[in-house]
Amino acid sequence: MNDKCLIINNCQAKMSKDIPIIGFTEFRDSVITETQIGARVVSFFAKVKEEGRFILVIVLARDKEGTLAVFSTEVKESYHSLTLDVPQVHLFEREIFEQWGIRPNGHPWLRPVRFHQPYSEEISKFVENRKARSAKPFLRISGQETHQVSVGPVHAGIIEPGHFLFQCHGEKVFNLEISLGYQHRGLERSILSAPSQRLIHYMETAAGDTTIGHCLAYCQAIEALADCRVPLRAAAIRGILLELERLANHTGDLGALANDIGYLPTTAYCGRLRGDFLNMTAYICGNRFGRNIVRPGGLSFDLDFSMIKELIKRLEETFEDVKNAVSLLWDSSLVVERFDETGILTKINAIDLGIVGVAARACGIERDVRFDFPTGIFKFSQIPVSTHSSGDVFSRAFVRWLEIQRSFEFIRDQLKNLPEGNISHEIGNINKDRTVVSLIEAWRGEIAHIVFTDNAGKICDYKITDPSFHNWLGLAIAVRGEAISDFPICNKSFNLSYCGHDL
Amino acid sequence: MKIIQIILILVLSPFLSGVINRTKAFFCGRKGSPIFQLYYDIYKLLLKGAVYSSTITWVFIAGPIVSLSAIILAAFLIPFGGEVSLISFNGDIILFIYLLGLGRFFTVLAALDTGSSFEGMGASREVQFAVFAEPALFLSVAALVRLTGKISLSEIFDTINNSCWAEYSPVIFLVLGAIFIVFLTENSRIPVDDPNTHLELTMVHEVMVLDHCGVDLAYICYGSAVKFWILGSFIVSIILKTKHIGWGADQLIFILAMTVLAFIVGLAESFLPRLRLLKVPHLLIVALALSILALTLTFRGFK
Repeated sequence: MNDKCLIINNCQAKMSKDIPIIGFTEFRDSVITETQIGARVVSFFAKVKEEGRFILVIVLARDKEGTLAVFSTEVKESYHSLTLDVPQVHLFEREIFEQWGIRPNGHPWLRPVRFHQPYSEEISKFVENRKARSAKPFLRISGQETHQVSVGPVHAGIIEPGHFLFQCHGEKVFNLEISLGYQHRGLERSILSAPSQRLIHYMETAAGDTTIGHCLAYCQAIEALADCRVPLRAAAIRGILLELERLANHTGDLGALANDIGYLPTTAYCGRLRGDFLNMTAYICGNRFGRNIVRPGGLSFDLDFSMIKELIKRLEETFEDVKNAVSLLWDSSLVVERFDETGILTKINAIDLGIVGVAARACGIERDVRFDFPTGIFKFSQIPVSTHSSGDVFSRAFVRWLEIQRSFEFIRDQLKNLPEGNISHEIGNINKDRTVVSLIEAWRGEIAHIVFTDNAGKICDYKITDPSFHNWLGLAIAVRGEAISDFPICNKSFNLSYCGHDL
Repeated sequence: MKIIQIILILVLSPFLSGVINRTKAFFCGRKGSPIFQLYYDIYKLLLKGAVYSSTITWVFIAGPIVSLSAIILAAFLIPFGGEVSLISFNGDIILFIYLLGLGRFFTVLAALDTGSSFEGMGASREVQFAVFAEPALFLSVAALVRLTGKISLSEIFDTINNSCWAEYSPVIFLVLGAIFIVFLTENSRIPVDDPNTHLELTMVHEVMVLDHCGVDLAYICYGSAVKFWILGSFIVSIILKTKHIGWGADQLIFILAMTVLAFIVGLAESFLPRLRLLKVPHLLIVALALSILALTLTFRGFK
């Protein structure tokens, strides 16, 4: 284990200068050794030091210890790629290359991630680079009996845009290449120039279905940077909101999975019940997706006694219905047959790719930020980690069902024992020259917000890593060797975010 | 009278799709689309023009026309409510099955003509299923021919109605089983295909007609409705024992029986998921096996 690194906890602000800058060879060896003994790459990104010189910062999660290791190295225009030794960083290296033009030498598949202008556009040599990058073609297979199917970016359902290119032999998928970037809004760059009041709105729309998740990650980071402690009541209600978001989305996902195999009963009921959960969020804050409630320092809406009573009543009724609708899935042998052994992601692949969230837990990996890196209410009231080991569509559906049950119990307990007190503390000045890593287990998986402040207490670097960023390749690996007609249910079982990936 | 029968088939066919949809809606707790929705859809589509891609040839335009004509011709051969069909001659069953085959052949050709990868996949799946479904239908019909000693559709159904039910029920049950599976496959219903899905990658029949629009799509929708009717009446004619109460009453009972069949299909779709696409041939092989068994039984003493 490398001793030249900054060990921090989730949401613990430290001086930026405490992050050691080590030589590249040492950096590379450290990342390889750390990941070999079980660390996971949370995020990997570049910061500008001065013109033409960059700092590469890596954040590793030591899940078992519950600590984060942060260290960095300095590079110029290229470095020896880590991807072949640490596959988890493959997309991060592509991202860094696209943003700053820092070439990872020996990267096996250096395609653009989001197809945007490089951040350092003004420097002419990068324009040249960009042209070269756009020319990189998709992976193709050839042969008389093979064919390719390209799907999207405009899809038949009401979903986000993304391009999928299948290389097939008959019904069998040899390779799936996913090309995203259509939702790129330049969020991380906008944050740096936006007035601070607007940031929370950026967070609410980073990925619309994970509004609470991204807002919480942001608020936790700001609170850590400002040394602000959130009142316990606010922390509990934040936990309730986060779990309500999980309930709504997991219920919707189970319904959508049933829809994809044409199983009507669960589809019809889960579609309605998802709405019921969303309406509970709306009952608390007036917005079905939980906007306008989570704010730095606490919350903007409180619950009174009658609301709590009403929420418990609604929660119990809705959960009872969800239980019935979902048990229809497990009771139908045809449904289980359809889900079983479809789209298997092996545990080894999941660990290598650094998969997070439901997809990781469905491979039998105990990886849950609420458990490994608890913050807020989860420090006091833990939710058991739900896992299932088969790694297929069934497993991902079943883990969702387990989490629905546990989130239900958690919300009910919290509502019944809600601490008294304020819901918000005044947020003070943000400390200067600090760094914080804020992790949240949103319903899709781990959200990481990494924030740096400059010597005026202003945000000077903001890195968001959505769970989808880790997991899209997991989907591509899971459908390898599957029938192309099974892709929709594999896709739905991961249910990844396009805008969360594209930012 | 025979002309009226044909008109009844042509007019009533789209009604059954409404019955299926309302049944499904009922079991989902939804209100559902109007029961005459398909009529409205066809009317709307007929008023529209058609847009053609620049890569197609005449085959694409001919596809819907040929398949609709083939299906309507097949409808002329199918008996209705225990009456003799409009056109009836010895060996018309062969023509009947081949007309359905011709319809499919042109739908597939039109799909391939677009050059779209989706439609190519759909065409390949359709033909793959037909490889099993067609022999199953042929062998079932052969079993019925052996059973009744007649070789025209009207006479076969007439004989089954009058004498065979009691004596040869095992054969008839096997044939019914086989034909029901073929019926679901040919009409792209669950568990073989999902007519309501929006996922191109899983579609079979729907994906082949993605590029058709306007009048062509109206022909296709209408053709599917008539096909549902004629294959359905194949089943109903075997099961339903005509009472010969009078022409009008017989027809009415037959139409009611068709509605019940549509209800049963709707019921199945409400409670069954789709099969994995690669497992659909297994189901079709079951149909084939049932029909072979039925035919074998007719050789073993059952006449």
